[in-house]
Amino acid sequence: MLLSFIQLSAQTDMDAIMMTKNNFCTGLMYNSSNWTDYWEGTLKRNNENLGTVSTKMYAVMGNYGVSDKLNLLFGIPYVQTRASAGTLHGLNGMQDLSLWVKWNPIETKFGKGTLSVYGLGGISFPTTNYVADFLPLSIGLHSTNLSLRGMVDYQVGKWFATASGTYVVRSNIKIDRNSYYTTEQHITNEVSMPDASNVQLRTGYRSGRMIAEAIINNWTTLGGFDITRNNMPFPSNKMNATTAGINIKYNIQAVDGLALIGGGSITLAGRNIGQAGSINGGVFYILDFSHKAKKTTQLAQPVKEK
Amino acid sequence: MKKIFLSTLIIIVVIIAAQLSCSKVTSGRTDYLPALNPSKTDIDAGSWKTVFLTGPTEFSVAAPVAVTTPAYIAELNEIKALQKNITKEQEEKIAYWGAGGVLRWNELMRELVAKYNLPPYQKADGVYPAPSAANPFAYPLFPFANPPYAARAYAYISAAQYDALVAAWHYKKLYNRAAPYKTDVAIQAKLQPTDLPSYPSESAVLAGVTAEMMKLLFPGEIAYIQQKLEEQELTSIMAGANTRGDVEAGEALGRLVAQKITARARTDKAGAAIGTPADWAQIENAVTAKGEIAWISLDNPKRPPMLPLFGKVKPCLFDEATTVALRPLPPPSTTSEQLKKETAEILDFVTHPTRERIRIVHFWADGVGTYAPPGHWNAIAAEDFITKNFSEVRWARNMALVNMALMDAAIVCWDTKNFYSNPRPTQMNPAIKTLTGIPNFQAYISGHSTFSGAAASILGYIIPERATAYQAMALEASLSRMYGGIHYRSDCEVGLTTGQKVGSYAIARAKTDGAD
Repeated sequence: MLLSFIQLSAQTDMDAIMMTKNNFCTGLMYNSSNWTDYWEGTLKRNNENLGTVSTKMYAVMGNYGVSDKLNLLFGIPYVQTRASAGTLHGLNGMQDLSLWVKWNPIETKFGKGTLSVYGLGGISFPTTNYVADFLPLSIGLHSTNLSLRGMVDYQVGKWFATASGTYVVRSNIKIDRNSYYTTEQHITNEVSMPDASNVQLRTGYRSGRMIAEAIINNWTTLGGFDITRNNMPFPSNKMNATTAGINIKYNIQAVDGLALIGGGSITLAGRNIGQAGSINGGVFYILDFSHKAKKTTQLAQPVKEK
Repeated sequence: MKKIFLSTLIIIVVIIAAQLSCSKVTSGRTDYLPALNPSKTDIDAGSWKTVFLTGPTEFSVAAPVAVTTPAYIAELNEIKALQKNITKEQEEKIAYWGAGGVLRWNELMRELVAKYNLPPYQKADGVYPAPSAANPFAYPLFPFANPPYAARAYAYISAAQYDALVAAWHYKKLYNRAAPYKTDVAIQAKLQPTDLPSYPSESAVLAGVTAEMMKLLFPGEIAYIQQKLEEQELTSIMAGANTRGDVEAGEALGRLVAQKITARARTDKAGAAIGTPADWAQIENAVTAKGEIAWISLDNPKRPPMLPLFGKVKPCLFDEATTVALRPLPPPSTTSEQLKKETAEILDFVTHPTRERIRIVHFWADGVGTYAPPGHWNAIAAEDFITKNFSEVRWARNMALVNMALMDAAIVCWDTKNFYSNPRPTQMNPAIKTLTGIPNFQAYISGHSTFSGAAASILGYIIPERATAYQAMALEASLSRMYGGIHYRSDCEVGLTTGQKVGSYAIARAKTDGAD
């Protein structure tokens, strides 16, 4: 159900692009995801009492270059959910603030191209006391997540491929009920959230002017349980999803530092999650805080080309 | 500078990661409790008024062999052997069951209700299949432990446990066999030592009566329950509280009591509560004939009403005529200004939901996949009883009073619902979107309110110092249904008072059952 959140955060903390020192890139993103079919455990079904569940997200994001090799990132979305059928009420609110440190320790010639290695650490935590236990209409799962990511990028000419693997440690959450059933009864309001992993491959064309790439993403919950027949989803379900998407980033020539991004994805396989299709778009702008006026600043300038 | 920054960051990350991963395990509020330590043995409980048994001696329990016989000495030797090789895991099981058999079986019951509280999915033609007691493993699993089903199940189990323990206490006093650790000093009392005679074993009575009742109520769980029975019985032997003979006599007595109550349950008309299409049409027509708008299912596809004839089930605390007498006056007419006003009030609640109201809605929702509202009140009762140092028989008596009130509340409530067949707010105004699942039955009167009114009343009698708190909880549970957008104010207010009336029958029984 929460795939779109994963997709959104995928924009800057999963690409092999660094902000130049003292540059700050910030922007707004919009993401709309919809699903009618979902996986109840491994069984694919629809639900006439939900119809199509849609999630709209508006996010503010930013990326600051502490140095050419070290970036700090943040993002915070406002999320809104709705079901087209049945009587259930949609929810909305500010969701989780995520902060990332992105580090590019290695960049070296390798064969015909350039090989870069990245290490990222991220934390995200809820900014409000939003409701987690009203799936599929909750706006998030309300856990505090710690992500550790390794990423490798290889570029030959203007063609590149990036692979990353992430381990996500998730905190327990508290729900409004003081007892709940998973595969057994729990007499507490605390829910143990299984950790998760995320593997992503992206490949495509990358120049100083634009990026066009295809993305395959897999999110796997390391534990958790399946929704039983005709039951409601629960935050500690085993939510898995494999998605395929495209992403395009274009730097506007006329305005230095201004970029537009857009993309979309579909869900190829899943478990305890909606088969969401999503589209997104955004606008980003780079502010240059470096003392020396740098005329060459461009968004999404691949490190390799510097 | 950059290095300091980076290393600080790494340290922070490691600290947070360590905290997140260490706190993974959640423990329940009743996982680790001290051993039950009754403030009194209630040695005369054999004289307390039974519910379904004619009296404590309806089923006889043979006199135990003398403690000096080789047969009994062999039983003591079994305990010694078990205690010699006890494992950590066995010690944990002893502690688990030692906190109280009535408590643990009640928790297990709640777990089963939650597991089975799932509405069947429709077949390809849009028709909903009904669970079959004859084939509990086929989809849809039997039972669909919805609120009325659950209320009845909790009540029969609790009343059966109570009756069986009253009988057990009668024979305990009669035969007066001391606990193994009193007869043989080499046997350790791993739980609280007591002067209560050990024959027949109260743990085994509970295990036997519950396991036997479960054959009727949760036939798909017989194997699971049998495993729990064996676990409870073995721990009571390992704890030095009972010998094999105490346990065998206890289980046999429990099963006999359950068989009698099962026969009562089989003829209480719950089996026919699902009704027929003709019954469903009749309920609707009776209302439309009066010029009122009748309830229609808001499920897609439309689902037949949930156990519409449950109002005809034979109650525990009064007779069927009383069910009808307790039926409240009609709700506001569906064409009245009053209902229009009440519908507008609910629309306003759901249009401006506050986080606190949503918390209240979800705290009390007890919908699909939960132990249902009667289970919630069982949880409230159990967690308070833990603090009261009741004997097992008093635990059972109090749980029986609460659960008989809840079952009869379900009966009166379902009778009312299907007599007036009043639509939900969302049926009157589809703009009303709900903050919890909309139940598939009529609005008037609110089930949560009726359950809560009944449970809060009897609990307030049992634990007077908490009476005000129980009433406040009942009111919050009742209001939660308005905040959630699924009930009008009339449903909730009349539900509460009707529940309180049902509760007064439980109080009347409590005053005269010999326990107070």
